[in-house]
Amino acid sequence: MKTVFKRTPVLKDCPTHYCPGCGHGIAHRLLAEVIEELDIQDRTIGIAPVGCAVLAYNYLDVDMIEVAHGRAPAVATGMKRTNPDHIVFSYQGDGDLAAIGTAEILHAAHRAEQLTVIFINNAVFGMTGGQMAPTTMLGQVTATTLGGRHATGEGYPLQVSEILALLPGTTYVERCALSSAPRIKQAKKAIKHAFQLQMDGAPGLSLVEILSPCPTYWRLAPAKAMAWIEEQMTTAFPIARLKG
Amino acid sequence: MCGNEALAEAAVIAGCDAYFGYPITPQNEITAYMSRRMAEEGRVFVQSESELAAINMVFGAAATGKRAMTSSSSPGISLMQEGMSYLAGAELPAVVVNVMRGGPGLGNIAPSQGDYFQATRGGGHGDYRHIVLGPSSVQELADCMPLAFDLADQYRITVMVLADGILGQMMEPVVLEPKPRRPLPPKDWALTGMKDRKQNIVRSLWLAEGALEELNYRLEAKHRQIRDNEVLCEEYRIEDAEIIVVAYGIAARIARAAVDRAREQGVPVGMIRPITLWPFPSAQISAAAETFRVFLAVEMSCGQMIEDVKLAVEGRCPVLLHGRPGGGVPMVDEIQDKIRQLTIRSGAV
Repeated sequence: MKTVFKRTPVLKDCPTHYCPGCGHGIAHRLLAEVIEELDIQDRTIGIAPVGCAVLAYNYLDVDMIEVAHGRAPAVATGMKRTNPDHIVFSYQGDGDLAAIGTAEILHAAHRAEQLTVIFINNAVFGMTGGQMAPTTMLGQVTATTLGGRHATGEGYPLQVSEILALLPGTTYVERCALSSAPRIKQAKKAIKHAFQLQMDGAPGLSLVEILSPCPTYWRLAPAKAMAWIEEQMTTAFPIARLKG
Repeated sequence: MCGNEALAEAAVIAGCDAYFGYPITPQNEITAYMSRRMAEEGRVFVQSESELAAINMVFGAAATGKRAMTSSSSPGISLMQEGMSYLAGAELPAVVVNVMRGGPGLGNIAPSQGDYFQATRGGGHGDYRHIVLGPSSVQELADCMPLAFDLADQYRITVMVLADGILGQMMEPVVLEPKPRRPLPPKDWALTGMKDRKQNIVRSLWLAEGALEELNYRLEAKHRQIRDNEVLCEEYRIEDAEIIVVAYGIAARIARAAVDRAREQGVPVGMIRPITLWPFPSAQISAAAETFRVFLAVEMSCGQMIEDVKLAVEGRCPVLLHGRPGGGVPMVDEIQDKIRQLTIRSGAV
C-alpha cells in the first residue's frame, strides 16, 4: 500500500485550542510540513506572537520563543545575527505585525535581515475579543467598530505587504489565502519558497501573508468565512506574488 | 579612557557576543566604540531602530545562549522596560548599561541618579527584581562588566550597570585585563535547534491555574539567593564614626573627599558605599545603626536611595538627605557643610 497522507512529525499530536474553522491550524500544518520537507527541524527557531497563536509552540515541534507584542522581528534579528546557520522565522498576526509592531517589521526588512515571516491576516484582533485591526475591511463590524469601519477616523485597511515589497531589503513577498484547496496548496508553496530563500542565504527578508478565517469574530459559519475571504478580503488584499 | 569606552572594551574582553543599541547622550561613545570593536572581533553589532528593538534583540540573542548587552540613558531605558520585564519572566541573562541623565521627560543631558527607583524596583510590569551595580570610578565601571555577565549567566537574570553622565564621560587611567569566569551552569535551556534533544521553549506566559504563582515563588527564591550571596559594599572609616554618609556612584566619589576633609578637622565621619544597589547592603547599614549614629544619604536626586537606607535603619537613627536633582552635582564643600551642621546638631564633636 502506498502512503498518500500522514501527519508530519513536526506537528505534535494534541488537541487544538483554536476555534472551529480557525485558519491557524491549517497554517501551522503547512509550516510543519515545510520544515519537515526541508529537513530543518533541528536548526529552526520559531517566534510565537502575542495573540491566539501565542501557543504555537504547543503544536510546532521546534525550538520556540514567546515574545512581546509586535517585537518578533527585533527578537528574530538578535537570534539570526548571532546564529547565522539557524533558520529563524516569526509567526505574527495582523495586530502584532501591522499595528503595534510596524516599526520592528519595517526596520527588519529595511536592514535586509535574513528572516522568514509568516503574517496571518484575519482582519481582526482575535484573542482580545474581535476588535478592529489595521487590516479590518471598510464596513466590517468589529467589537470597536459597531457601525462598521469608516475610513474617516478609522483609516483604510493597511496593506503592509505592499509597503514591505517596496523596500530593497525584502527578497520575496507573497500574499496567499486559506480559502480553498488550491489556495492552501499555493500558500504551502510560498512558505516553502520563503524558507528556501533563507536557507540559500538570500540577502533579505522573505514574507508570506496569509489571509486566514476567523469565523468567531467575523460572526460567520466556517464555510461562509472562507467565502468571505474570497468575496471581501481579496478586494483590499489581492492574492499576488508582490515581489521576488 | 572615558568611562563609556572603558566599559565597552571591558564587555568585549568579558566575551560579549552581541551588542544592540540606539544612540542617546551621554552614552554615545559606547555605541560608537562597539560598532568598531565588535566588527574587529567578528561579533555582532546592530544599531537598532529604537530602544524597544534593541532590548528585544538582546532578548533574541540571549535566548540562544549568547552573551548579549545593550546600553542607553534614562529616556531610552524607560522604553526598554517592557523588554526587561519579559527578560525577567523568561529568565534570560542580559546586561543593560544605564548612563543616567536628568529627568523626568527629555530632562537634560547632565549627570543624574534619578533612575534609582526605576532600576532597583524592577521598572517594568510584574513581580520581579534584577541586579543593579553602581560603580563609582572608571576602573570600577569597567570591572563591573565581567561581573555583570557572570551574574547574569549564573542566575539567569538581567544585570543593570547604573552609571551616570560623569562616569560615562570622565577620563581616567584604567587597567583592562581578562578575568577568569565564575563556574557557570550550562545553558541547556537555550534555543539552539533541537538536535539530539527535545524541544526547548522560552516563555513568560503561564496560564494554568497556579503556574504563574509558582514561577513568581521560584523567582523570589532566586532573588533571596542573590540577596544572601551577592551584596557588595565598601565601608570607609566607619569604625568610630558618629556620622555615616551613605552614597553610591559618582556621588560617593565626591562624598569620600568630603569625609576625608571632615576627618582632617577631627569630625568622626565615615561612609558606607553600596556597590550593589539591588541587592542593597541592608545588613551592613543595619549593623552600623545598632549604635546611635546620624546617617546622611548623599545622592543626585530628591531622595530615592535614602528610602533603602531608612528601611535598613528601621527608625533607630536619624536619616537625613543631601540631594541634588536635575543634573545638579553636589560639591565637596556643600557635603562638608552638611556634615558640619550635623556635627553641631548631634553634638558629635
